[in-house]
Amino acid sequence: MLESLLALARKTARHDGRPLPSLLAALLLACCTAAGAQEKLTPGTMQARVAACTGCHGAGGRAGPDGYYPRLAGKPRAYLLEQLQGFRDGRRAYEPMRHLLAGLPDAYLDEIAGYFSSQHPPYPPPLRAEAGAAALEQGRRLAMDGDAARGLPACAACHGSGLNGMAPAIPGLLGLRRDYLVSQLGGWRSGLRRASDPDCMGEVAQRLTPEDIGAVSAWLAAQPVPESYRPGPPAEQPLPLECGSQSRAPGERP
Amino acid sequence: MKRAAIVLAGLLAAALLAGAALYARGVRDDPGTGPAAPPLLASSFPPSSTPSSFPSSAQERIELGRYLARAANCAACHTVPGGQAYAGGTAIPTDFGTFYGPNITPSREHGIGGWSTDDFWQALHNGKAPDGALLYPAFPYTEYTRMTRADADAIYAYLMSQPASDARSRPHELRFPYDRRALLGLWRGLYFDPGVMADEPGQDAQWNRGRYLVEGAGHCAACHTPRNRWGASDTGRALQGAPLGALGWYATPLTGEAAGLGGWSEDDVAQLLRTGWSRHGAAGGPMAEVVAGSTQHLSDADLRAMAAYLKSLPAGSEPAGEAAPPPQPLMERGSRLYEQSCAACHQASGEGSPGAWPALAGNPSVTAASSRNVLQAILRGGYAPATAADPRPHGMPPFHTLDDADVAALATYVRNSWGNRAGAVQPHEVARMR
Repeated sequence: MLESLLALARKTARHDGRPLPSLLAALLLACCTAAGAQEKLTPGTMQARVAACTGCHGAGGRAGPDGYYPRLAGKPRAYLLEQLQGFRDGRRAYEPMRHLLAGLPDAYLDEIAGYFSSQHPPYPPPLRAEAGAAALEQGRRLAMDGDAARGLPACAACHGSGLNGMAPAIPGLLGLRRDYLVSQLGGWRSGLRRASDPDCMGEVAQRLTPEDIGAVSAWLAAQPVPESYRPGPPAEQPLPLECGSQSRAPGERP
Repeated sequence: MKRAAIVLAGLLAAALLAGAALYARGVRDDPGTGPAAPPLLASSFPPSSTPSSFPSSAQERIELGRYLARAANCAACHTVPGGQAYAGGTAIPTDFGTFYGPNITPSREHGIGGWSTDDFWQALHNGKAPDGALLYPAFPYTEYTRMTRADADAIYAYLMSQPASDARSRPHELRFPYDRRALLGLWRGLYFDPGVMADEPGQDAQWNRGRYLVEGAGHCAACHTPRNRWGASDTGRALQGAPLGALGWYATPLTGEAAGLGGWSEDDVAQLLRTGWSRHGAAGGPMAEVVAGSTQHLSDADLRAMAAYLKSLPAGSEPAGEAAPPPQPLMERGSRLYEQSCAACHQASGEGSPGAWPALAGNPSVTAASSRNVLQAILRGGYAPATAADPRPHGMPPFHTLDDADVAALATYVRNSWGNRAGAVQPHEVARMR
């Protein structure tokens, strides 16, 4: 309710280029203050157990409002588990997540991963691309074709032809905001973000220039997410690079 | 003139002598090994059925060692999350620099595989490495020295039964002059008093067992007793609550005042240690780690013994100050934020949902003289400890996107509602915690 009203407000404001009439604004404000209070949670439900996650990542893991806290919903379970373990054990460097997950056992992290993996709230429409046509075209080429001359496989080669990810542990790339994508690719390039050895994504990111990262992030973030966007079945062909994160059984510790 | 020179020389000589005497005291060994038998209570250590005796078999000794290593929470400093047990590497931030827990697996080269039981006892009891080097008391031998030789030997046997790791121990990173190990001789002369805990004859076996665990292996004082500027426990204020400098938390008093365990029953104490929960709140931050890694694994008899001992402690010497009521606009701002962000779980009444989200009304971490724990919870969130009793705990998201003034208003509101009267929190306190 609140979200649709806010969306309406945004749309209206964008449409005629003028601020909302003050009466409507006042109405919205009144409604939002009332609706701003969170819904009651029932202790013992999975929804209640992951309230610590959804405070930033949004209900059902649909992504936070500011674009930095990424969508968790619908990502492959083994991928989510790997990230949760990585944060907890310091392989992924983000202190707030390390603190939050400190001491939680693998079985519980796997259950949390399973919960978000099975959530499928709708995707918001993509934001307008913040890049020129040339950069977007460069981004599209990198994502869909790669650059053989530089040894760069296409994103689609591992993340699926629809960039929808693959079971068990390759995430989809659509429905993420540009700032998030830039910071993750940059983190991988600088070594701040790592996956299990051999770290295929790290190798790819090493070969990307800052311009590549800007272009591919802008293009990915501008793509609409198709209906029923779900990870595909496991790859039948070997991946273009060897990936430590894909070679172990789901839930197995690196 | 001549007389002044003589006096000065005399004073200098006296100071040198005093220093030498202090140093000699600091490096001496405790000659005794204390009582021979571990003060086990009947049923205190499953599966042993032979109280007050040495474990009869090698395997039993290892099992006792496993149990005691948990009581002493060796893993907290010697195991990194997700890493091999006891391979070391945990960073321990302190006011003097960062210590790194060393590898204590049986690796001969990188661990303690070359140590004898006497070497291990020397470390645990006298705070010295096999070569005589003085150990930093970040390794809490100031408390472990209260443990018996039999218990130390059991821990040794257990550690030796673990897989060896070739992880190299990382050197400590300490500021000058704390990186001068020899200076520990003077520190120990002043603050280290080696010796196994002797039973108090006027007290029963349960009380004595509880004191042995609290003051020895459990080393509760390491966090809950204030430290002086040299990092030594202020024994005059033992267990009366203390700020955890570099960690940014506050260890609440375990003594008998209202801000401590005054309102707690023995059941409450034992329950918190076993499950992370009591009707007064949930363990958070470093205490959540202690419950998950250590106390949840202890037997009911031992937890009850610890509770009985703690509940026998008198109220602390800190006078309970009456905080001034906070300004009304601050409370109103806090109230609005609470309604928006907190009430769904902690309830408008501050009663929480027992077992899921703790009550804030009357919660000693909320009403403590220090605002640190409330601010930690708001800024960083966190899960209650995962225990056998609650392997899938509920948690709280961080609210670090709120600005300092909002966090201060929220903290002020929860510290001054529903009967809580802990005073206002200022935005600069929040800024310091980020």
